[in-house]
Amino acid sequence: MRPTVGVVVFPGSNCDRDANYSFEYLGAGTRFLWHTETDLSGIDVIVLPGGFAYGDYLRTGAMAAYSPVMDSVREFAAAGKPVIGICNGFQVLCEAGLLPGALRRNAGLRFRCMPVRLRVETLDSPFTSGGMWPGQVLTIPIAHFDGSYYADDETLEELLAERRIAFRYCDQRGELTPESNPNGSRLHIAGILNAERNVLGMMPHPERAVDPAVGGTDGRLLLASVLYSLQPAET
Amino acid sequence: MSDGTATEQPLHRSLGLTDDEYQRIQDILGRVPNHAELAMYSVMWSEHCSYKSSRAHLKDLPSEGPHVLIGPGEGAGVIEVDGVAVAMRIESHNHPSFVEPVQGAATGIGGVVRDVVSMGARPIALLDSLRFGPLPGDTGADQTAERNRWLTGGVVSGISFYGNCIGVPTVGGEVKFERSYSGNPLVNVMCIGVAPVDGIMLARAPGPGNAVLLLGSTTGRDGIGGVSVLASASFDEEASTKRPSVQVGDPFTEKLLIEGSLSLIEKDLVVGIQDLGGAGLCCATSESAAKAGTGMAIDLDKVPLRETGMEPFEILTSESQERMLVVVEPPKVQAALDECDRLGLRASVIGEVTDTGRLVCTKGGEVVADVPAASLGDGPLYHRPYSPPTASRDLTTEAPGPDTPPEEALKTLVASANLTSKRWVWEQYDYQVQLNTVAGPGPDAAILRLPGTQTRIAVTVDGNGRYGQVDPREGARHSVAEAYRNLCTMGAEPVAVTNCMNFGNPEIPEVMWQFVEAVQGMGEACRVLETPITGGNVSFYNQTLDEAIYPTPIIGMLGIVKAGTVAPPIGFRNEEDVVVLLGRTRDELGASEYQRTILGKLEGPLPQLDLNAEATLGWLLRELIGRGLLTSAHDCSEGGVGVALAEMVALGRFGAEIKPEVGHDLVPWLFSETTARVVVAVAPGDLSELRDLAKGIGTPITELGMVTGRLLSIRGMPDIRALTLKEAYEQGFPRLMG
Amino acid sequence: MRFAAHVNVMPRAEISDPQGQTVERTLPAIGFQGISDVRVGKRITFTVEADDEAAARSIVESASEKLLANPVIEDFELELSAL
Repeated sequence: MRPTVGVVVFPGSNCDRDANYSFEYLGAGTRFLWHTETDLSGIDVIVLPGGFAYGDYLRTGAMAAYSPVMDSVREFAAAGKPVIGICNGFQVLCEAGLLPGALRRNAGLRFRCMPVRLRVETLDSPFTSGGMWPGQVLTIPIAHFDGSYYADDETLEELLAERRIAFRYCDQRGELTPESNPNGSRLHIAGILNAERNVLGMMPHPERAVDPAVGGTDGRLLLASVLYSLQPAET
Repeated sequence: MSDGTATEQPLHRSLGLTDDEYQRIQDILGRVPNHAELAMYSVMWSEHCSYKSSRAHLKDLPSEGPHVLIGPGEGAGVIEVDGVAVAMRIESHNHPSFVEPVQGAATGIGGVVRDVVSMGARPIALLDSLRFGPLPGDTGADQTAERNRWLTGGVVSGISFYGNCIGVPTVGGEVKFERSYSGNPLVNVMCIGVAPVDGIMLARAPGPGNAVLLLGSTTGRDGIGGVSVLASASFDEEASTKRPSVQVGDPFTEKLLIEGSLSLIEKDLVVGIQDLGGAGLCCATSESAAKAGTGMAIDLDKVPLRETGMEPFEILTSESQERMLVVVEPPKVQAALDECDRLGLRASVIGEVTDTGRLVCTKGGEVVADVPAASLGDGPLYHRPYSPPTASRDLTTEAPGPDTPPEEALKTLVASANLTSKRWVWEQYDYQVQLNTVAGPGPDAAILRLPGTQTRIAVTVDGNGRYGQVDPREGARHSVAEAYRNLCTMGAEPVAVTNCMNFGNPEIPEVMWQFVEAVQGMGEACRVLETPITGGNVSFYNQTLDEAIYPTPIIGMLGIVKAGTVAPPIGFRNEEDVVVLLGRTRDELGASEYQRTILGKLEGPLPQLDLNAEATLGWLLRELIGRGLLTSAHDCSEGGVGVALAEMVALGRFGAEIKPEVGHDLVPWLFSETTARVVVAVAPGDLSELRDLAKGIGTPITELGMVTGRLLSIRGMPDIRALTLKEAYEQGFPRLMG
Repeated sequence: MRFAAHVNVMPRAEISDPQGQTVERTLPAIGFQGISDVRVGKRITFTVEADDEAAARSIVESASEKLLANPVIEDFELELSAL
């Protein structure tokens, strides 16, 4: 079965084509979902791509959280199907309450576009189960101004206890050095899972690290993992 | 109209029109113009919109070549690469950026992006060429340094804020600092776009009866006489009083406008399209009608306004951002409106194309302006007097001085404002979005995938105001040559140029002379190097009080990289590779970075420039890179071979042992800016092939040494640790920015 | 009735505010002494139509909670005055 990835397009999305390109590069079918659409039938994975959903002048992702498509995405997630929010998509998922916490302005108060190192913190999710190992260090680019993850202590403890932190910023040896945290995220958090582990939000852009001509291949592991998770289990 | 006609003499003068120009308007109309008409002529005949001082000199530039589809005179130049139409354009936004750096730079991006979109092309890359006065701690820093730092930070964040939001990657550029820009920074933005060859649109309003639609933002009083007036007069000390006419950018609406315009074109719903830039609605309507030989009737009551009580002249000349004019055949109007509505883009029918040849505007049912459409674009043409300067400015400043030991000079230069890594700048730009960025920012040129093909394109922007100040003709030739060399060092074949000419007040004969010389030098270099000029932008009045900026022609050049060609990186990669200098050094420190930063002065003569040697070197580089022989390559321009080697070490994994060419003292050898030189590294086994190729074409080469260890070891001076160079190169700019 | 609404959105007291800290660091550098506890927030103003002040307040409060402020990181205060 060739899975179909639904790429949600808000008026200010700008990584929608990139997500589309990268999933197709890995052999998936894709469909763009305009923010007013509500019919997600035939879709196996939802991607909320990067960009500036509705201009994001009030707060990143704030308005997008109330768009028509998000009601359907909520149902889709509740049915246990995989949802990935990348960059602005992560911000939207937090604003929509599908993931805890919030993304704040980078500690350095500057937009940052650069490759960063991520440590794989759990294999227990459709996004990390296929082909990664615990503690593996991936190189994947970031490009954001509001990527500093914040949640209160209680929430962070819950995320830790339930092993719901998917990726943390680290150095090339996998150490959580202060310099390796590009935006001041609490606990170096780069990506988290919901309690059911089928919704992933992450600031780095795995779709930018799929085609070796432009930015590496480590993102493939993640995107391929979620596609692989959709295959019927062999018996 | 409150004041009816403009019989009081001062009005036309206060709008910047001369008495002669005013007379000509009366001759055209056969009557006295009313206020709205006078305002329209005043903005359309401003220097910025009419090129009245420059047009006479630009017409002889080479603009034809095998790749050129559309040359100068349209929204952007267009070339054909591997079956794809590639649009290229540079615009300046110098004065608005000085008044308000964040919004000035942001709206500069918006403007050039709309130029490219109006050709039917999807913008795929931006590059910026920026100039400011010296930063605190830099050689030449004075009481303006803090402000220069504020301007630099503001412009960078404006580009970041706008470019990142609209999803167009900023893939390259250059930032330089000279005292001459303290009172007048330069913000030049280049945009590249792609379209199917048969999808290119022109700014034409054909077919009487067709509907005229205005897309995008509402029209307000922001920027009345903004770009055109700001860009057509020198700054005085009351620059801040001009603040109200600077526009505020709305990148979200720009994004909608890009998607909306391209969608309408793709769905074949429009027959003509033009962006609203300088002179706003007045320019877009009159130009597109004039070019199609038609006229236009516009109902100003249909223009969506964001303020109440706007006068006709305000609606016509407002430079509110993020607007586009499209012409639609009547049966398709509803479909066009529906598509805009689906995308959340405002669209209104504001008039129709006529066969009268006149631009007729009505408000409240009354005609408020009625002029021949073509006359607005057919502005005056001036042959301004020009003559070489008689006295040169004193350009000395406090600096380390000639006794600086060479290793100290090298470390200082690598950390200096002009030469140090601009990572601090380009990490604030999303340079990857759209997934076409194969190389850049950072290397000698950016390389982009050309969507839909296996071919790649290389792009660079270059300019050297110091050279221009010493000799504007030679300076312009050098800028073309440097852009050419940068592309060749990435394995590209340069094929086309666009440019932005930044100069002082053209009414001053010395400034006009600089301009004329530079245009001729640029034309000559482009002719020899076979890189036709597809378009350009002229920015005059870059002047505060008596001081003009250095003559600064900025060259945007585009090259083709054949499928399969992989550009070598700058940094040294493999131990024991042989380091080779292609080209030969002469002792030429005139106008160099060494002179700027270490000696604190600016004086000639400039390095000699042999364009044929550049062309030969270019061929050699493409051949070497095409055969995969080079493991590293970096062109020697500003800072000379010394700085090139230091960067190759700083960005690489190893140091190098280097023996200078014979017959030179160390300092001139290190820092001479002799042209037609590139430092490369090759595996020892490939050296003879390189040697044969170079000999065959007649490019002199010198084996300089070997990649090895963790030191840059140059015979005749103490070794420098690779880590020291890396630190100097990477931390220089963050330190200057505080 | 029409009311002028002002919603002041501030970063919550217990979380760090890099923008405020940056402003605080800059102020002494340009000669302003004795300033501390700088926090940067935003002020949103609009007009609201409702039957009475209580109804208007309830609309503004709900809009603030739902959209204008993010309770995870922000607090808000609102001011309302009849027009």
